Amino acid sequence: MTVGAHAEFIVAAYAVTAFIVAMLIAWVVLDYVAQRRTLGSLEEHGVKRRSGRAGGAP
Amino acid sequence: MAMIELANPTRFLRIVDRLLPWFAAATALILAAGLVQAVQAPDDYQQGATVKIMFLHVPAAWLSMVGWAVMTVAALGTLVWRHPLADVAAKAAAPIGAGFTLICLITGSLWGRPTWGTYWVWDARLTSELVLFLLYLGVLALYWTAEDPGRGARAAAVLSLVGAIDLPIVKFSVDWWNSLHQGESIFRAGGPVIDASILWPLAVMAMAFFLLFVTLHLAAMRNEILRRRVRTMQMLQAQEAKA
Amino acid sequence: MNAFWALLIRDMRIALRAGGGALIGAVFFLIVVVTVPFAVGPDLKLLGRIGPAVLWLGALLASLLALDRLFAADHEDGSLDILMTGELPLELTILAKAVAHWLTTGVPLLFVAPLLGLMLDIDPAAMGPLLAALSVGTPALTFIGLVGAALSVSLRRGGLLLAVIVLPLTIPILVFGVSASDLASAARAGFGPAFTILCALSLASLVLGPFAAAAALRHGLD
Repeated sequence: MTVGAHAEFIVAAYAVTAFIVAMLIAWVVLDYVAQRRTLGSLEEHGVKRRSGRAGGAP
Repeated sequence: MAMIELANPTRFLRIVDRLLPWFAAATALILAAGLVQAVQAPDDYQQGATVKIMFLHVPAAWLSMVGWAVMTVAALGTLVWRHPLADVAAKAAAPIGAGFTLICLITGSLWGRPTWGTYWVWDARLTSELVLFLLYLGVLALYWTAEDPGRGARAAAVLSLVGAIDLPIVKFSVDWWNSLHQGESIFRAGGPVIDASILWPLAVMAMAFFLLFVTLHLAAMRNEILRRRVRTMQMLQAQEAKA
Repeated sequence: MNAFWALLIRDMRIALRAGGGALIGAVFFLIVVVTVPFAVGPDLKLLGRIGPAVLWLGALLASLLALDRLFAADHEDGSLDILMTGELPLELTILAKAVAHWLTTGVPLLFVAPLLGLMLDIDPAAMGPLLAALSVGTPALTFIGLVGAALSVSLRRGGLLLAVIVLPLTIPILVFGVSASDLASAARAGFGPAFTILCALSLASLVLGPFAAAAALRHGLD
Protein backbone atom coordinates (compact mmCIF):
# COMPACT_ATOMS: atom_id res chain seq x y z
CA MET A 1 0.00 0.00 0.00
CA THR A 2 1.47 3.29 -1.09
CA VAL A 3 -0.04 6.19 0.69
CA GLY A 4 1.85 8.93 -1.06
CA ALA A 5 2.12 12.57 -0.28
CA HIS A 6 -1.40 13.05 1.01
CA ALA A 7 -1.47 10.40 3.71
CA GLU A 8 -2.64 12.83 6.37
CA PHE A 9 -5.80 13.68 4.44
CA ILE A 10 -6.70 10.06 3.88
CA VAL A 11 -6.04 9.14 7.49
CA ALA A 12 -8.00 12.16 8.67
CA ALA A 13 -10.94 11.26 6.45
CA TYR A 14 -11.06 7.71 7.78
CA ALA A 15 -10.56 8.92 11.35
CA VAL A 16 -13.39 11.45 11.11
CA THR A 17 -15.71 8.87 9.59
CA ALA A 18 -14.82 6.38 12.29
CA PHE A 19 -15.43 9.02 14.93
CA ILE A 20 -18.85 10.03 13.60
CA VAL A 21 -19.92 6.42 13.15
CA ALA A 22 -18.67 5.64 16.65
CA MET A 23 -20.68 8.56 18.00
CA LEU A 24 -23.81 7.28 16.27
CA ILE A 25 -23.25 3.77 17.60
CA ALA A 26 -22.56 5.09 21.09
CA TRP A 27 -25.72 7.20 20.94
CA VAL A 28 -27.81 4.20 19.94
CA VAL A 29 -26.28 1.84 22.51
CA LEU A 30 -26.23 4.24 25.46
CA ASP A 31 -29.76 5.37 24.68
CA TYR A 32 -30.89 1.74 24.64
CA VAL A 33 -29.24 1.02 27.98
CA ALA A 34 -30.75 4.14 29.52
CA GLN A 35 -34.26 3.44 28.25
CA ARG A 36 -34.11 -0.18 29.38
CA ARG A 37 -32.92 0.88 32.82
CA THR A 38 -35.71 3.42 33.29
CA LEU A 39 -38.23 0.95 31.97
CA GLY A 40 -36.93 -1.67 34.40
CA SER A 41 -37.10 0.62 37.40
CA LEU A 42 -40.60 1.76 36.44
CA GLU A 43 -41.75 -1.82 36.19
CA GLU A 44 -40.14 -2.54 39.54
CA HIS A 45 -42.27 0.22 41.02
CA GLY A 46 -45.30 -1.59 39.73
CA VAL A 47 -46.24 0.79 36.93
CA LYS A 48 -48.00 -1.04 34.17
CA ARG A 49 -48.88 0.08 30.70
CA ARG A 50 -52.49 0.28 29.76
CA SER A 51 -52.09 -2.61 27.35
CA GLY A 52 -50.77 -4.65 30.28
CA ARG A 53 -53.99 -4.07 32.16
CA ALA A 54 -57.56 -4.72 31.21
CA GLY A 55 -57.44 -4.07 27.49
CA GLY A 56 -57.82 -0.60 25.99
CA ALA A 57 -55.56 0.35 23.15
CA PRO A 58 -53.05 3.06 23.95
CA MET B 1 -44.88 -8.85 5.78
CA ALA B 2 -47.69 -6.35 5.67
CA MET B 3 -47.13 -2.86 7.00
CA ILE B 4 -50.17 -3.32 9.20
CA GLU B 5 -48.46 -6.09 11.12
CA LEU B 6 -45.53 -3.83 11.79
CA ALA B 7 -47.90 -1.24 13.17
CA ASN B 8 -47.96 -2.98 16.52
CA PRO B 9 -44.93 -1.62 18.38
CA THR B 10 -44.58 -4.69 20.56
CA ARG B 11 -44.45 -6.98 17.56
CA PHE B 12 -42.06 -4.58 15.86
CA LEU B 13 -39.81 -4.64 18.92
CA ARG B 14 -39.77 -8.41 18.89
CA ILE B 15 -38.83 -8.49 15.20
CA VAL B 16 -36.11 -5.90 15.73
CA ASP B 17 -34.71 -7.82 18.68
CA ARG B 18 -34.42 -10.87 16.48
CA LEU B 19 -33.04 -9.12 13.39
CA LEU B 20 -30.65 -6.64 14.91
CA PRO B 21 -27.76 -9.00 15.79
CA TRP B 22 -27.79 -10.36 12.24
CA PHE B 23 -27.77 -6.92 10.73
CA ALA B 24 -24.98 -5.81 13.04
CA ALA B 25 -22.90 -8.87 12.20
CA ALA B 26 -23.48 -8.45 8.46
CA THR B 27 -22.53 -4.78 8.71
CA ALA B 28 -19.32 -5.60 10.55
CA LEU B 29 -18.36 -8.33 8.08
CA ILE B 30 -19.06 -6.36 4.94
CA LEU B 31 -17.49 -3.24 6.38
CA ALA B 32 -14.36 -5.21 7.16
CA ALA B 33 -14.34 -6.67 3.65
CA GLY B 34 -14.88 -3.22 2.19
CA LEU B 35 -12.06 -1.71 4.22
CA VAL B 36 -9.67 -4.47 3.17
CA GLN B 37 -10.59 -3.94 -0.45
CA ALA B 38 -10.28 -0.21 -0.04
CA VAL B 39 -6.76 -0.58 1.32
CA GLN B 40 -5.81 -2.90 -1.51
CA ALA B 41 -7.36 -0.79 -4.23
CA PRO B 42 -4.83 0.64 -6.66
CA ASP B 43 -4.12 4.35 -6.72
CA ASP B 44 -5.81 6.49 -9.28
CA TYR B 45 -3.52 7.59 -12.09
CA GLN B 46 -4.49 11.21 -11.57
CA GLN B 47 -5.27 11.54 -7.91
CA GLY B 48 -2.96 8.98 -6.39
CA ALA B 49 -3.94 7.49 -3.08
CA THR B 50 -6.46 10.20 -2.25
CA VAL B 51 -8.98 8.25 -4.28
CA LYS B 52 -9.34 6.07 -1.19
CA ILE B 53 -11.36 8.86 0.38
CA MET B 54 -13.99 8.18 -2.26
CA PHE B 55 -14.86 4.87 -0.61
CA LEU B 56 -16.16 6.83 2.36
CA HIS B 57 -17.34 9.94 0.66
CA VAL B 58 -19.58 8.56 -2.07
CA PRO B 59 -21.49 6.03 0.05
CA ALA B 60 -21.96 8.67 2.74
CA ALA B 61 -23.38 11.02 0.12
CA TRP B 62 -25.79 8.37 -1.09
CA LEU B 63 -26.95 7.60 2.41
CA SER B 64 -27.44 11.25 3.23
CA MET B 65 -30.02 11.22 0.44
CA VAL B 66 -31.45 7.88 1.53
CA GLY B 67 -31.91 9.29 5.02
CA TRP B 68 -34.02 12.16 3.74
CA ALA B 69 -35.95 9.80 1.48
CA VAL B 70 -36.76 7.62 4.50
CA MET B 71 -37.94 10.71 6.37
CA THR B 72 -40.09 11.79 3.42
CA VAL B 73 -41.81 8.44 3.15
CA ALA B 74 -42.22 8.36 6.92
CA ALA B 75 -43.68 11.88 6.77
CA LEU B 76 -46.34 10.63 4.36
CA GLY B 77 -46.90 7.77 6.76
CA THR B 78 -47.38 10.22 9.62
CA LEU B 79 -49.61 12.72 7.88
CA VAL B 80 -51.59 10.60 5.43
CA TRP B 81 -51.81 7.08 6.76
CA ARG B 82 -51.17 7.88 10.41
CA HIS B 83 -49.03 4.79 10.67
CA PRO B 84 -48.00 4.58 14.32
CA LEU B 85 -44.39 3.75 13.55
CA ALA B 86 -43.92 6.46 10.94
CA ASP B 87 -43.06 9.14 13.52
CA VAL B 88 -40.65 6.77 15.11
CA ALA B 89 -38.97 5.97 11.81
CA ALA B 90 -38.64 9.64 10.88
CA LYS B 91 -37.30 10.69 14.24
CA ALA B 92 -34.78 7.88 14.30
CA ALA B 93 -33.59 8.61 10.76
CA ALA B 94 -32.88 12.31 11.30
CA PRO B 95 -29.72 12.16 13.44
CA ILE B 96 -28.33 9.24 11.44
CA GLY B 97 -28.93 11.00 8.15
CA ALA B 98 -27.34 14.13 9.57
CA GLY B 99 -24.34 12.06 10.66
CA PHE B 100 -23.84 10.63 7.18
CA THR B 101 -24.24 14.08 5.66
CA LEU B 102 -21.56 15.37 7.99
CA ILE B 103 -19.27 12.48 7.02
CA CYS B 104 -19.88 13.30 3.38
CA LEU B 105 -19.07 16.97 3.89
CA ILE B 106 -15.93 16.44 5.95
CA THR B 107 -14.45 13.65 3.82
CA GLY B 108 -15.33 15.67 0.76
CA SER B 109 -13.44 18.68 1.96
CA LEU B 110 -10.49 16.51 3.02
CA TRP B 111 -10.52 15.06 -0.46
CA GLY B 112 -10.81 18.46 -2.04
CA ARG B 113 -7.74 19.89 -0.36
CA PRO B 114 -5.18 17.61 -2.11
CA THR B 115 -7.05 17.32 -5.42
CA TRP B 116 -8.54 20.78 -5.90
CA GLY B 117 -6.18 22.67 -3.64
CA THR B 118 -8.94 23.95 -1.39
CA TYR B 119 -11.09 22.59 1.39
CA TRP B 120 -14.25 24.14 0.14
CA VAL B 121 -15.67 25.43 -3.12
CA TRP B 122 -19.11 26.93 -3.49
CA ASP B 123 -19.87 24.44 -6.16
CA ALA B 124 -23.20 22.83 -6.91
CA ARG B 125 -22.57 19.52 -5.24
CA LEU B 126 -20.98 20.87 -2.09
CA THR B 127 -23.52 23.59 -1.61
CA SER B 128 -26.53 21.34 -2.09
CA GLU B 129 -25.07 18.85 0.35
CA LEU B 130 -24.52 21.64 2.86
CA VAL B 131 -28.11 22.74 2.41
CA LEU B 132 -29.18 19.17 3.03
CA PHE B 133 -27.22 19.25 6.28
CA LEU B 134 -28.92 22.51 7.27
CA LEU B 135 -32.31 20.95 6.53
CA TYR B 136 -31.43 18.02 8.75
CA LEU B 137 -30.48 20.45 11.50
CA GLY B 138 -33.82 22.19 11.03
CA VAL B 139 -35.69 18.92 11.51
CA LEU B 140 -33.60 18.08 14.56
CA ALA B 141 -34.29 21.55 15.97
CA LEU B 142 -38.01 20.93 15.55
CA TYR B 143 -37.77 17.68 17.46
CA TRP B 144 -35.68 19.26 20.19
CA THR B 145 -37.93 22.24 20.75
CA ALA B 146 -41.29 20.50 20.60
CA GLU B 147 -42.91 20.25 23.99
CA ASP B 148 -45.30 17.58 22.84
CA PRO B 149 -43.66 14.70 20.91
CA GLY B 150 -46.64 14.07 18.65
CA ARG B 151 -46.84 17.70 17.66
CA GLY B 152 -43.10 17.82 17.01
CA ALA B 153 -43.35 14.75 14.84
CA ARG B 154 -46.09 16.24 12.71
CA ALA B 155 -44.19 19.50 12.36
CA ALA B 156 -41.06 17.63 11.34
CA ALA B 157 -43.10 15.60 8.85
CA VAL B 158 -44.34 18.76 7.17
CA LEU B 159 -40.81 20.09 7.02
CA SER B 160 -39.50 16.80 5.59
CA LEU B 161 -42.03 16.95 2.77
CA VAL B 162 -41.28 20.58 2.02
CA GLY B 163 -37.56 19.87 2.17
CA ALA B 164 -37.95 16.96 -0.24
CA ILE B 165 -39.51 19.29 -2.79
CA ASP B 166 -36.70 21.73 -2.28
CA LEU B 167 -33.77 19.37 -2.67
CA PRO B 168 -33.85 18.84 -6.44
CA ILE B 169 -34.39 22.57 -6.86
CA VAL B 170 -31.31 23.27 -4.80
CA LYS B 171 -29.28 20.76 -6.76
CA PHE B 172 -30.18 22.15 -10.16
CA SER B 173 -30.27 25.79 -9.22
CA VAL B 174 -26.80 25.90 -7.82
CA ASP B 175 -25.44 24.08 -10.83
CA TRP B 176 -26.88 26.83 -12.86
CA TRP B 177 -25.76 29.54 -10.54
CA ASN B 178 -22.22 28.23 -10.57
CA SER B 179 -22.00 28.03 -14.33
CA LEU B 180 -23.11 31.63 -14.47
CA HIS B 181 -20.37 32.90 -12.24
CA GLN B 182 -17.28 30.95 -13.11
CA GLY B 183 -16.37 27.52 -14.29
CA GLU B 184 -14.54 26.77 -11.11
CA SER B 185 -14.35 23.00 -11.05
CA ILE B 186 -11.33 21.70 -12.93
CA PHE B 187 -12.18 18.37 -11.49
CA ARG B 188 -15.11 17.57 -13.77
CA ALA B 189 -13.24 18.00 -17.04
CA GLY B 190 -12.53 14.50 -18.33
CA GLY B 191 -13.36 12.92 -15.01
CA PRO B 192 -11.72 9.51 -14.73
CA VAL B 193 -13.82 6.62 -15.90
CA ILE B 194 -14.21 4.39 -12.91
CA ASP B 195 -12.17 1.24 -13.26
CA ALA B 196 -13.42 -2.07 -11.92
CA SER B 197 -10.54 -2.17 -9.44
CA ILE B 198 -12.01 0.91 -7.80
CA LEU B 199 -15.65 0.24 -8.50
CA TRP B 200 -15.70 -3.00 -6.55
CA PRO B 201 -14.44 -1.64 -3.24
CA LEU B 202 -16.85 1.26 -3.73
CA ALA B 203 -19.77 -1.10 -4.20
CA VAL B 204 -18.82 -3.14 -1.14
CA MET B 205 -18.38 -0.02 0.97
CA ALA B 206 -21.71 1.30 -0.23
CA MET B 207 -23.34 -1.96 0.80
CA ALA B 208 -21.61 -1.76 4.18
CA PHE B 209 -22.76 1.82 4.72
CA PHE B 210 -26.26 0.90 3.72
CA LEU B 211 -26.33 -1.97 6.20
CA LEU B 212 -24.86 0.34 8.82
CA PHE B 213 -27.67 2.76 8.18
CA VAL B 214 -30.31 0.05 8.43
CA THR B 215 -28.79 -1.33 11.63
CA LEU B 216 -28.51 2.07 13.28
CA HIS B 217 -31.97 3.00 12.13
CA LEU B 218 -33.59 -0.14 13.50
CA ALA B 219 -31.74 0.27 16.79
CA ALA B 220 -32.69 3.94 17.01
CA MET B 221 -36.32 3.09 16.25
CA ARG B 222 -36.25 0.54 19.05
CA ASN B 223 -34.87 3.17 21.40
CA GLU B 224 -37.55 5.61 20.36
CA ILE B 225 -40.33 3.10 20.99
CA LEU B 226 -38.88 2.36 24.41
CA ARG B 227 -38.57 6.08 25.12
CA ARG B 228 -42.25 6.57 24.33
CA ARG B 229 -43.13 3.63 26.50
CA VAL B 230 -41.13 5.12 29.36
CA ARG B 231 -42.88 8.43 28.82
CA THR B 232 -46.39 6.97 28.97
CA MET B 233 -45.46 4.94 32.03
CA GLN B 234 -44.05 7.97 33.78
CA MET B 235 -47.22 9.88 33.03
CA LEU B 236 -49.30 7.01 34.37
CA GLN B 237 -47.16 6.93 37.47
CA ALA B 238 -47.66 10.65 37.96
CA GLN B 239 -51.42 10.24 37.51
CA GLU B 240 -51.54 7.44 40.00
CA ALA B 241 -49.47 9.42 42.49
CA LYS B 242 -51.96 12.25 42.20
CA ALA B 243 -54.98 9.98 42.55
CA MET C 1 -64.45 35.55 -1.75
CA ASN C 2 -65.79 38.27 0.52
CA ALA C 3 -64.26 36.65 3.53
CA PHE C 4 -60.94 36.51 1.72
CA TRP C 5 -60.89 40.25 1.07
CA ALA C 6 -62.20 41.05 4.53
CA LEU C 7 -59.40 39.04 6.09
CA LEU C 8 -56.83 40.60 3.80
CA ILE C 9 -57.96 44.11 4.67
CA ARG C 10 -58.13 43.27 8.38
CA ASP C 11 -54.58 41.96 8.35
CA MET C 12 -53.30 44.97 6.47
CA ARG C 13 -55.02 47.29 8.91
CA ILE C 14 -53.52 45.50 11.86
CA ALA C 15 -50.09 45.62 10.28
CA LEU C 16 -50.28 49.29 9.39
CA ARG C 17 -51.69 50.71 12.60
CA ALA C 18 -49.45 51.84 15.40
CA GLY C 19 -47.62 48.89 16.90
CA GLY C 20 -48.37 46.73 13.88
CA GLY C 21 -44.79 46.59 12.84
CA ALA C 22 -45.17 46.54 9.06
CA LEU C 23 -42.82 49.42 8.46
CA ILE C 24 -40.36 48.10 11.01
CA GLY C 25 -39.45 45.49 8.40
CA ALA C 26 -38.44 48.23 6.00
CA VAL C 27 -36.45 49.98 8.72
CA PHE C 28 -34.74 46.72 9.60
CA PHE C 29 -33.88 46.25 5.93
CA LEU C 30 -32.36 49.72 5.90
CA ILE C 31 -30.28 48.99 8.97
CA VAL C 32 -29.02 45.61 7.75
CA VAL C 33 -27.93 47.10 4.46
CA VAL C 34 -26.33 50.10 6.10
CA THR C 35 -24.23 47.93 8.42
CA VAL C 36 -22.64 46.15 5.46
CA PRO C 37 -20.35 49.00 4.40
CA PHE C 38 -19.10 49.17 7.98
CA ALA C 39 -18.27 45.48 7.85
CA VAL C 40 -16.62 45.31 4.43
CA GLY C 41 -15.25 48.84 4.27
CA PRO C 42 -16.38 51.84 2.24
CA ASP C 43 -14.91 50.68 -1.07
CA LEU C 44 -17.61 51.71 -3.54
CA LYS C 45 -16.40 49.40 -6.30
CA LEU C 46 -16.67 46.38 -4.04
CA LEU C 47 -20.00 47.54 -2.66
CA GLY C 48 -21.37 48.03 -6.16
CA ARG C 49 -20.37 44.50 -7.03
CA ILE C 50 -21.89 42.85 -3.96
CA GLY C 51 -24.76 45.35 -3.75
CA PRO C 52 -27.50 43.20 -5.28
CA ALA C 53 -26.53 40.32 -3.02
CA VAL C 54 -26.63 42.58 0.03
CA LEU C 55 -30.06 43.88 -0.91
CA TRP C 56 -31.32 40.32 -1.35
CA LEU C 57 -29.95 39.21 1.99
CA GLY C 58 -31.49 42.25 3.65
CA ALA C 59 -34.85 41.51 2.08
CA LEU C 60 -34.62 37.89 3.14
CA LEU C 61 -33.86 38.76 6.76
CA ALA C 62 -36.46 41.50 6.92
CA SER C 63 -39.28 39.32 5.64
CA LEU C 64 -38.17 36.54 7.95
CA LEU C 65 -38.22 38.86 10.96
CA ALA C 66 -41.77 39.96 10.32
CA LEU C 67 -43.03 36.44 9.65
CA ASP C 68 -42.55 35.50 13.25
CA ARG C 69 -45.80 37.18 14.25
CA LEU C 70 -47.86 36.10 11.25
CA PHE C 71 -49.81 33.36 13.03
CA ALA C 72 -48.50 33.81 16.56
CA ALA C 73 -50.45 37.00 17.24
CA ASP C 74 -53.69 35.46 15.99
CA HIS C 75 -52.99 32.32 17.94
CA GLU C 76 -52.49 34.21 21.19
CA ASP C 77 -55.73 36.18 21.04
CA GLY C 78 -57.72 33.19 19.80
CA SER C 79 -58.69 34.60 16.42
CA LEU C 80 -56.73 31.86 14.70
CA ASP C 81 -59.17 29.28 16.06
CA ILE C 82 -62.06 31.28 14.65
CA LEU C 83 -60.32 31.55 11.30
CA MET C 84 -59.69 27.83 11.28
CA THR C 85 -63.31 26.97 11.96
CA GLY C 86 -64.65 29.56 9.52
CA GLU C 87 -66.18 28.81 6.16
CA LEU C 88 -63.21 29.98 4.17
CA PRO C 89 -60.86 27.04 3.47
CA LEU C 90 -57.80 27.27 5.65
CA GLU C 91 -55.55 27.42 2.60
CA LEU C 92 -57.32 30.54 1.37
CA THR C 93 -57.26 32.06 4.84
CA ILE C 94 -53.52 31.57 4.90
CA LEU C 95 -53.19 32.93 1.38
CA ALA C 96 -55.05 36.08 2.42
CA LYS C 97 -52.79 36.53 5.43
CA ALA C 98 -49.71 35.95 3.29
CA VAL C 99 -50.78 38.44 0.64
CA ALA C 100 -51.51 41.00 3.34
CA HIS C 101 -48.12 40.28 4.86
CA TRP C 102 -46.36 40.75 1.55
CA LEU C 103 -48.21 43.98 0.81
CA THR C 104 -47.27 45.42 4.17
CA THR C 105 -43.68 44.18 4.52
CA GLY C 106 -42.52 43.15 1.04
CA VAL C 107 -43.73 46.17 -0.89
CA PRO C 108 -42.15 48.75 1.45
CA LEU C 109 -38.83 46.98 0.87
CA LEU C 110 -39.22 47.61 -2.84
CA PHE C 111 -39.59 51.32 -2.18
CA VAL C 112 -36.55 51.47 0.07
CA ALA C 113 -34.39 49.35 -2.26
CA PRO C 114 -33.63 52.01 -4.92
CA LEU C 115 -32.42 54.40 -2.24
CA LEU C 116 -30.16 51.74 -0.77
CA GLY C 117 -28.99 50.79 -4.25
CA LEU C 118 -27.86 54.37 -4.68
CA MET C 119 -25.93 54.25 -1.41
CA LEU C 120 -24.27 50.97 -2.40
CA ASP C 121 -23.30 52.40 -5.78
CA ILE C 122 -25.22 49.79 -7.76
CA ASP C 123 -25.21 50.67 -11.46
CA PRO C 124 -28.44 52.64 -12.03
CA ALA C 125 -29.10 50.64 -15.18
CA ALA C 126 -29.10 47.49 -13.08
CA MET C 127 -31.64 48.82 -10.61
CA GLY C 128 -34.59 48.05 -12.89
CA PRO C 129 -33.85 44.33 -13.20
CA LEU C 130 -32.94 44.16 -9.53
CA LEU C 131 -36.25 45.69 -8.53
CA ALA C 132 -38.11 43.38 -10.88
CA ALA C 133 -36.32 40.38 -9.40
CA LEU C 134 -37.03 41.60 -5.86
CA SER C 135 -40.69 42.20 -6.59
CA VAL C 136 -41.04 38.69 -7.98
CA GLY C 137 -38.85 37.05 -5.35
CA THR C 138 -40.13 38.61 -2.13
CA PRO C 139 -43.58 36.97 -2.43
CA ALA C 140 -41.78 33.65 -2.67
CA LEU C 141 -39.90 34.47 0.53
CA THR C 142 -43.22 35.18 2.25
CA PHE C 143 -44.88 32.01 0.97
CA ILE C 144 -41.98 29.79 1.96
CA GLY C 145 -41.74 31.54 5.29
CA LEU C 146 -45.42 30.78 5.87
CA VAL C 147 -44.57 27.13 6.38
CA GLY C 148 -42.01 28.00 9.02
CA ALA C 149 -44.40 30.42 10.71
CA ALA C 150 -47.11 27.76 10.84
CA LEU C 151 -44.72 25.17 12.21
CA SER C 152 -43.33 27.44 14.86
CA VAL C 153 -46.76 28.62 16.05
CA SER C 154 -47.89 25.06 16.59
CA LEU C 155 -44.78 24.44 18.65
CA ARG C 156 -45.04 27.76 20.48
CA ARG C 157 -41.51 28.60 19.51
CA GLY C 158 -40.64 31.52 17.35
CA GLY C 159 -37.66 33.55 16.37
CA LEU C 160 -34.57 31.47 15.91
CA LEU C 161 -36.39 28.22 15.20
CA LEU C 162 -38.23 29.93 12.39
CA ALA C 163 -34.95 31.11 10.90
CA VAL C 164 -33.40 27.66 11.20
CA ILE C 165 -36.32 26.08 9.37
CA VAL C 166 -36.93 28.68 6.72
CA LEU C 167 -33.48 29.88 5.68
CA PRO C 168 -32.31 26.65 3.99
CA LEU C 169 -35.55 26.54 2.03
CA THR C 170 -35.10 30.06 0.72
CA ILE C 171 -31.69 29.39 -0.78
CA PRO C 172 -33.03 28.71 -4.31
CA ILE C 173 -34.83 32.05 -4.26
CA LEU C 174 -31.65 33.76 -3.16
CA VAL C 175 -29.58 32.00 -5.82
CA PHE C 176 -31.86 32.88 -8.70
CA GLY C 177 -32.74 36.29 -7.35
CA VAL C 178 -29.12 37.33 -7.13
CA SER C 179 -28.22 35.80 -10.46
CA ALA C 180 -31.16 37.52 -12.16
CA SER C 181 -29.97 40.83 -10.75
CA ASP C 182 -26.33 40.10 -11.45
CA LEU C 183 -26.78 38.84 -14.96
CA ALA C 184 -28.66 41.98 -15.74
CA SER C 185 -25.97 44.28 -14.40
CA ALA C 186 -23.18 42.32 -16.03
CA ALA C 187 -24.37 41.57 -19.53
CA ARG C 188 -27.67 43.42 -19.90
CA ALA C 189 -28.91 40.23 -21.42
CA GLY C 190 -32.46 41.08 -20.50
CA PHE C 191 -33.92 39.21 -17.58
CA GLY C 192 -32.70 35.90 -18.80
CA PRO C 193 -33.59 32.45 -17.68
CA ALA C 194 -32.78 33.18 -14.04
CA PHE C 195 -35.67 35.61 -13.84
CA THR C 196 -38.00 33.12 -15.47
CA ILE C 197 -37.00 30.43 -13.00
CA LEU C 198 -37.46 32.93 -10.18
CA CYS C 199 -41.01 33.52 -11.42
CA ALA C 200 -41.57 29.77 -11.54
CA LEU C 201 -40.28 29.34 -7.98
CA SER C 202 -42.48 32.15 -6.82
CA LEU C 203 -45.58 30.67 -8.41
CA ALA C 204 -44.78 27.21 -7.12
CA SER C 205 -44.34 28.51 -3.60
CA LEU C 206 -47.59 30.47 -3.97
CA VAL C 207 -49.35 27.17 -4.51
CA LEU C 208 -47.40 24.92 -2.17
CA GLY C 209 -46.78 27.32 0.72
CA PRO C 210 -50.42 27.78 1.80
CA PHE C 211 -51.08 24.04 1.55
CA ALA C 212 -48.04 23.10 3.59
CA ALA C 213 -48.77 25.83 6.13
CA ALA C 214 -52.39 24.70 6.39
CA ALA C 215 -51.25 21.12 6.95
CA ALA C 216 -48.84 22.30 9.63
CA LEU C 217 -51.55 24.30 11.39
CA ARG C 218 -54.14 21.52 11.20
CA HIS C 219 -51.75 18.90 12.47
CA GLY C 220 -50.17 21.18 15.00
CA LEU C 221 -53.17 22.76 16.66
CA ASP C 222 -55.63 19.91 16.99
